[in-house]
Amino acid sequence: MDDHHATVESVFRNESGRIIAGLIRVSHSFDLAEEAMQDAFAAAVVSWRAEGVPANPAAWITATARRKLIDYARREQTRRNNEDQLLYEHVLRSHASEEEMSRPFEDDRLRLIFTCCHPAINKEAQIALTLRTLGGLTTPEIARAFLVPESTLAQRLVRAQRKIQQARIPYEVPSPDRMPERLSAAQAVLYLIFNEGYSASSGDNLVRRELCADAIRLARTLTELMPDNPESMALLALMLLQDSRRDARSSRDGQLVTLEEQDRSLWHLDQIAEGTRLVERALGRRNVGPYQLQAAIAAVHAEARTAEETDWKQIAALYGILNASQGSPIVSLNHAVAIAMSESLDRGLALIDDLGSTGELDSYHLYHAARADLLRRLGRNREARESYNRGLALTTNAVELRYLRRRISELDVLP
Amino acid sequence: MRYMMLIYSQEMETATPQARSVVAAAHRAVLDETQLRGILRAADPLEPSEMATTVRVQDGGVVVTDGPFAETKEQLAGYYILDCEDLDEALAWAAKIPTGCAGAAGCVEVRPIRQMPARVPVNG
Repeated sequence: MDDHHATVESVFRNESGRIIAGLIRVSHSFDLAEEAMQDAFAAAVVSWRAEGVPANPAAWITATARRKLIDYARREQTRRNNEDQLLYEHVLRSHASEEEMSRPFEDDRLRLIFTCCHPAINKEAQIALTLRTLGGLTTPEIARAFLVPESTLAQRLVRAQRKIQQARIPYEVPSPDRMPERLSAAQAVLYLIFNEGYSASSGDNLVRRELCADAIRLARTLTELMPDNPESMALLALMLLQDSRRDARSSRDGQLVTLEEQDRSLWHLDQIAEGTRLVERALGRRNVGPYQLQAAIAAVHAEARTAEETDWKQIAALYGILNASQGSPIVSLNHAVAIAMSESLDRGLALIDDLGSTGELDSYHLYHAARADLLRRLGRNREARESYNRGLALTTNAVELRYLRRRISELDVLP
Repeated sequence: MRYMMLIYSQEMETATPQARSVVAAAHRAVLDETQLRGILRAADPLEPSEMATTVRVQDGGVVVTDGPFAETKEQLAGYYILDCEDLDEALAWAAKIPTGCAGAAGCVEVRPIRQMPARVPVNG
């Protein structure tokens, strides 16, 4: 690839979130900001080839996009619509401070996160909008990552942007009384993005990696912009700790490798170190929340040099607290597994059977897989096989299917 | 920006006078406060949906039917029109509007009112 082309691409990936956040502030419009930014990037491809890459590419894009905005405003002004007139004046007024525009406010990105994750926009659109405006992903890339047709995704984005405009969803950092609720909504969106990238389901691998990287980048932004929130810190930690295992969690032929079987030398130690540091710092704030507990659990796993060294007692205790504050059948299931590993397999199995007695988890494949796993460890192979088979019937995920089939075939060679 | 708050509630014939007066007081509080701030543009309660008549012009004819356009558990019971800075402000007001005689049975739909170009009055 040409040098300037690579530069354009990397500026887009890394800086477009910042750039567009500032453009939205001056234009009061997602549409115009996006159009201006795209035009500026298009201009960059031509101009940088001819004249070389400028010293500060992001500032060049911003300044060019700003001039585009003014062009649009002039064009619109001739239509003499009241609202456009306002926009025109607004852009012109702020034009005086072009200097300031090329040093975007950090606040802009924070505003943008909260706007994209506003509860008045539906969840899928929140995710798409966040990736598109802040994550530097293109519409086709997002469509590929979520396995939806490009036209569906494009429509979703258009609808969300129109709602922001027409229902006047504010472009601002929420007031303190709304902050806790809005912040947890934003955190949830970032974690969904991460999980979409991390989950083992099918889809374009490269794009999935990009989703994880984007989620981490955005979580980092959130912690930089709101450094006092321990849950944001913990969310970043949780992502880093999970992502640190990315190279170990599937084999070269695409098989799922469980935590227990992973080659721990493939874990990324720098991410583990950073994640662990962040968890400790978050817990030091003495305001425990669900991300902190999950990150702490991930950190305990990460600390163990071998699977046998895992401090299951501590993990069980952490799941116990999580279960008490944020009880869900899935958390209870994990709690039961941790007790099985730390106290006794029989006790864990009894807890799992208790959980199953409500029938709520009957259709959850991982419930059967977890139960099967304990039965296997207990040497109750026939029952284990039965449970693996029930799990098998309930999953459509190719990687998990292969994993469960492998377990069953391993049992088949035993009596 | 003007927003219309559409109140949907279950129509409770059986609500006690006490329950009704609690709802009425909550409405009064919203009315007073929005009026004081100068953002109240309109607000009205509606008669129950069994008082509704639906008119549909189709195939050149007029079809009149008894009842609301859709039989749903929650029916349009009233509305507010408030002039708010943005959606967040509108949502905050909507949360204060009581939704039913029984208390919580219902919801408020918040819709921005479309801006239309000013019309020139017919007779000057």
